[in-house]
Amino acid sequence: MNNNRAPRKKVQKGVLGRTIKALFKAYPKMMTLTLIFIVVNAVISSIPSIFMEKIFSVVGYALKESADWTKYGGEIIKDMLILIGLYVISLVMGAVDKQMMAIITQGFLKKMRCQMFDGMQNLPIKYFDTNSHGDIMSYYTNDIDALRQMISQSLPQLLTSGIMVLTLFIIMIWYSLWLTAIVLVGVIFITIVTKIVGGGAGKYFRGQQRAVGKTEGFIEEMMNGQKVVKVFCHENAAKADFDKVNEYLFDQSNRANRYANMLMPILGNIGHLMYVIVALVGGAFILGSVSNVSLGLAFAPDLAVISVALVVAFLQMTRQFCNNINQVSNQLNSVVMGIAGAARLFSLIDQKPEVDDGYVTLVNAKEENGVITECEERTGLWAWKHPHGDGTVTYTKLCGDVVLSEVDFEYEQGKPVLQDVSIYAKPGQKVAFVGATGAGKTTITNLINRFYDIADGKIRYDGININKIKKADLRRSLGIVLQDTNLFTGTVMDNIRYGKLDATDDECIAAAKLAGADDFITRLPDGYNTMLTSNGANLSQGQRQLVSIARAAVADPPVMILDEATSSIDTRTEAIVSRGMDALMHGRTVFVIAHRLSTVKNSDVIIVLDHGRIIERGSHEKLIEQKGQYYQLYTGMFEME
Amino acid sequence: MIKLLSKSIREYKASSILSPIFVSLEVVLECLMPFVISLLVNAIDVPVDEQIRMNEVWMYGGILVAMAFVSLACGALAGMFCAKAAAGFAKNLRKDLYYKVQDFSFENIDKYSTPSLVTRMTTDVTNVQFAYMMIIRTAVRCPLMLIFSLAMTFIMGGNLGWIFVVVIPPLTALLFLIMRKAMPIFDKVFKKYDNLNESIQENVRGMRVVKSFVREDYEKKKFDKAATDVQMDFTKAERILAWNNPIMQFFFYGVLSTVLFLGSYVVLKSAGATTVTDVSQLVVYGMQILMSLMMLSMVFVMIVISVESARRICEILQEKSTITSPENAITEVADGSIDFDGVSFKYTAGAERYALEDIDLHIKTGETIGIIGGTGSSKTTLVNLISRLYDATVGAVSVGGHDVREYDLTVLRDSVSVVLQKNELFTGTIKENLRWGDPNATDEQIVHACKLAQADEFIQGFPDGYDTHIEQGGTNVSGGQKQRLCIARALLKNPKVLVLDDSTSAVDTRTDALIRKGFREYLPQTTKIIIAQRTSSVEDADRIIVMDGGKINAVGTHKELLGKNPIYTEVYTTQNSSATEVVPTAESDTLKDGGNDNE
Repeated sequence: MNNNRAPRKKVQKGVLGRTIKALFKAYPKMMTLTLIFIVVNAVISSIPSIFMEKIFSVVGYALKESADWTKYGGEIIKDMLILIGLYVISLVMGAVDKQMMAIITQGFLKKMRCQMFDGMQNLPIKYFDTNSHGDIMSYYTNDIDALRQMISQSLPQLLTSGIMVLTLFIIMIWYSLWLTAIVLVGVIFITIVTKIVGGGAGKYFRGQQRAVGKTEGFIEEMMNGQKVVKVFCHENAAKADFDKVNEYLFDQSNRANRYANMLMPILGNIGHLMYVIVALVGGAFILGSVSNVSLGLAFAPDLAVISVALVVAFLQMTRQFCNNINQVSNQLNSVVMGIAGAARLFSLIDQKPEVDDGYVTLVNAKEENGVITECEERTGLWAWKHPHGDGTVTYTKLCGDVVLSEVDFEYEQGKPVLQDVSIYAKPGQKVAFVGATGAGKTTITNLINRFYDIADGKIRYDGININKIKKADLRRSLGIVLQDTNLFTGTVMDNIRYGKLDATDDECIAAAKLAGADDFITRLPDGYNTMLTSNGANLSQGQRQLVSIARAAVADPPVMILDEATSSIDTRTEAIVSRGMDALMHGRTVFVIAHRLSTVKNSDVIIVLDHGRIIERGSHEKLIEQKGQYYQLYTGMFEME
Repeated sequence: MIKLLSKSIREYKASSILSPIFVSLEVVLECLMPFVISLLVNAIDVPVDEQIRMNEVWMYGGILVAMAFVSLACGALAGMFCAKAAAGFAKNLRKDLYYKVQDFSFENIDKYSTPSLVTRMTTDVTNVQFAYMMIIRTAVRCPLMLIFSLAMTFIMGGNLGWIFVVVIPPLTALLFLIMRKAMPIFDKVFKKYDNLNESIQENVRGMRVVKSFVREDYEKKKFDKAATDVQMDFTKAERILAWNNPIMQFFFYGVLSTVLFLGSYVVLKSAGATTVTDVSQLVVYGMQILMSLMMLSMVFVMIVISVESARRICEILQEKSTITSPENAITEVADGSIDFDGVSFKYTAGAERYALEDIDLHIKTGETIGIIGGTGSSKTTLVNLISRLYDATVGAVSVGGHDVREYDLTVLRDSVSVVLQKNELFTGTIKENLRWGDPNATDEQIVHACKLAQADEFIQGFPDGYDTHIEQGGTNVSGGQKQRLCIARALLKNPKVLVLDDSTSAVDTRTDALIRKGFREYLPQTTKIIIAQRTSSVEDADRIIVMDGGKINAVGTHKELLGKNPIYTEVYTTQNSSATEVVPTAESDTLKDGGNDNE
């Protein structure tokens, strides 16, 4: 958010241009037509007063000559027909334009959404770790909304009003500079009043926004802790606190709406006052036979003296001019907001995507006579296809051999998270990480699948430096189960299938059985077809973890990372699940992070981390024998008794 | 519904009435103004043989200026009163909702999720506030404007007024037809739009899953499909709505042309009795009539939208708290003895199964009771009945020899202090949070409670000590620290019964044992009920209750249960099975907080 704020004006100029360019690129024909229609329509809308004046002056002549309808009727009807013709053009153009605008707006918004979403999929994990989810979401809600408002309403309106103001202005100076000057003074006055009153409204609306945020935060906190409030009989204090917040919101909301509500009557009546002033001055001019100064004078000598007909026409235009000036000032605000929104959207689209220089890919393979060759069909056997600089290609069997050597890493400069970490995991081994929060356990797993890149050292997968492996293929070979399970809206079956999109129902059920999830799933109201919404809110945390384990199982990767995968399953259930977990881990290289030491005890290697360094490593028995940190942790309670 | 909502207007009744009054005055003036204007213009636009009537010009100009100022004042006052009335109404609504929720019982609270309550008190109230503003201003203004303008067209244009009368019904019908066609589509598409945004949120939250399963392209395709669906529906609805403007324009142009044409005809026929200016002012009135209709249809839509919000607000206002203090309540709890006599309980009347069944349990003052059992065995449900967070469906729960339903709620809950499983700290300093237990606690009392809860040490370690600010949701303290603060807060009540519902799960075993040791030494008279996952937390209790499927499976000491009760033995052995002989009972559950609490 902050980086958007700095060079504001300059950036935003570019943004408007970019938005319009993008609009034209998306709908070149429709946008051109719309633009033409809007301009023509605006010009047409500003000339009826001229025609009215013309017809009325014909009527005036007729009256003066005491002529009747038959003499001048033809002329009036001719003018009427031209007017009606213009109206018809304006109507058709307006209707077509509005239809096109609806299509353009929604089509463009969809395009923007998809561009943002697609771009977002390619962003590195770092982006999601460093930006709050609320901020990211507001691109898709608030900013898109501001953009919609701008392109569907404010910009066309602004254009229309702008052109009308211009046209009217030209007509007005055509008629009379003096009277135009009076109107201009009035416009300046209107602008000032709008700025003061509108500014006041703006200030308090922002205040109201802040107050709403504060109130919402307060209510959310209290509603979340409502049971605590009840248990402590804290209701009265909670009410008193709320009254204060509520009163502040009332105050801001009241002021904001007061200003906003007053703006309309003030502007409307200033319009009336101007009308009166123009009438009075006009009248005085006529009486004093003041000579006129106007653009049209060179062409129409009868404009030399300010006439009655002129003043009457001018009065009409004054009204229209004021209305459109009001429109312009109304729309300007929302255009500014729309531009700010668009700027934020473009900043998301312009984010640098995750870089992937990998060229080693994962392919289906066959093994014949000890030679591995690539093949089309799924064989269950995978190989790393490694093209070399000299044009040769070698194939390495995918085994799940992971080696970290002397790895250093830091999220922020100067704050090392891992230092000199070396780990060897042979295919089929179970490696456990133990250590306090912040010791760097999860960080290691983030490096293996290249969510983050190491600062120094090397990580090799089946002997290949992981920097050379295409990220997608590297990740496909790694299964991951996280502590914070994330399920997606859809059935339980859909969620399990997420691990392998072409898995059959039977494969998914087999995976669920392996994970020990089948039992509870079959007891759900609709079994595997039970809909999950809001991250599986209808399941318990433990059940969610089981589903996510099944999801990883169906992917059947040679390497698994279990980051606190069973932390929310109570010990009794865990005992039941553990057989499935053992079956799941069998034959795979597994990295386990768990705070429950009972889950990591049977690992081949236990690595104890402290502040980013390995302080102990070995099997459970060996570490207990060593009587070091692990022993301390493991027997913490034993000392007590 | 209107009756229920209007109760919240209260002190803003005057403003609510003044607003429409001033609006009406404003409308009357606004409708008269074009009339005076035409008089003014007529004074300028005179037949050739006469002089311009400047004194009349001045007079009408003066009248107009006065009218403009009065109208301005009325409009501004109406706006002011309207803003005040609506903002005040909203304030009272929020207050009534919030107060209502404060009086909710646990059963009531369970019915509504936190986000749904927050939405009702913010967005829904704002919607109603906006609709109320519309009702007392725009909904008054538009019909009046329509009627007065119509009347004026007859006064000034004579029979020309009929043009407008003819136009109003078809225009109204068309506008409402568009609304009726578009509204259902909007209803549908807004839900789809919400779903779309929810799926984005899911994607953002689950980005690690998306990336580790390499599902970026799959997600893009899924999103494109959903976004296209939303686009199609929105386009359909907006294209219907887009007819609004051309239809309005059609009628406006139609009226304008007819007035011009017929007006010219009438002026000529009447030989100047009806003036040209009159006709041009008719156009102004026509504009006002059509605008009023347009606004009216918008007001209608706004009100329809806000009805759903109003309904959701009323739902809360009508909710009745299921637990209240009885009349002639007992105001003193004698001691910490607890009796369950044939208690069964289910959460909702319609539920098939009892969550608790046939519980008979008698606990003496000062006893320490451990409760153990798997997830879903109703441990929490059992203890929640003691402080009357829920009422037993069958049988009776007594504290200090009296049925809990005879006590004043505050008295009962101050004597039975519960540390909830899902606990919360609130924004404010540590000290402020602890004083929830006792608003008048001295600093010494607070420190003492914290020492007992093993919290004093880490609090002193903070730079600001007891004045350390707790962020919303207690995010700046670790799970174990939060649990210990919650225990200290409950201790400050000086309760006769202390219930810990899995309250030390994130505390390391050593500290856990120290807390229990403190209870034994300093709170001998207090009945202590401890629900735990770890057998180590209840081993030293006087009695251990094993819960299973809503029933008491067994009661006994650690020694009595171990080896004899299958559930207890199973839980014990899974937690304590060990590869080495050295540590027969070893199980350190949480490294997270174990010894590293202060980071």
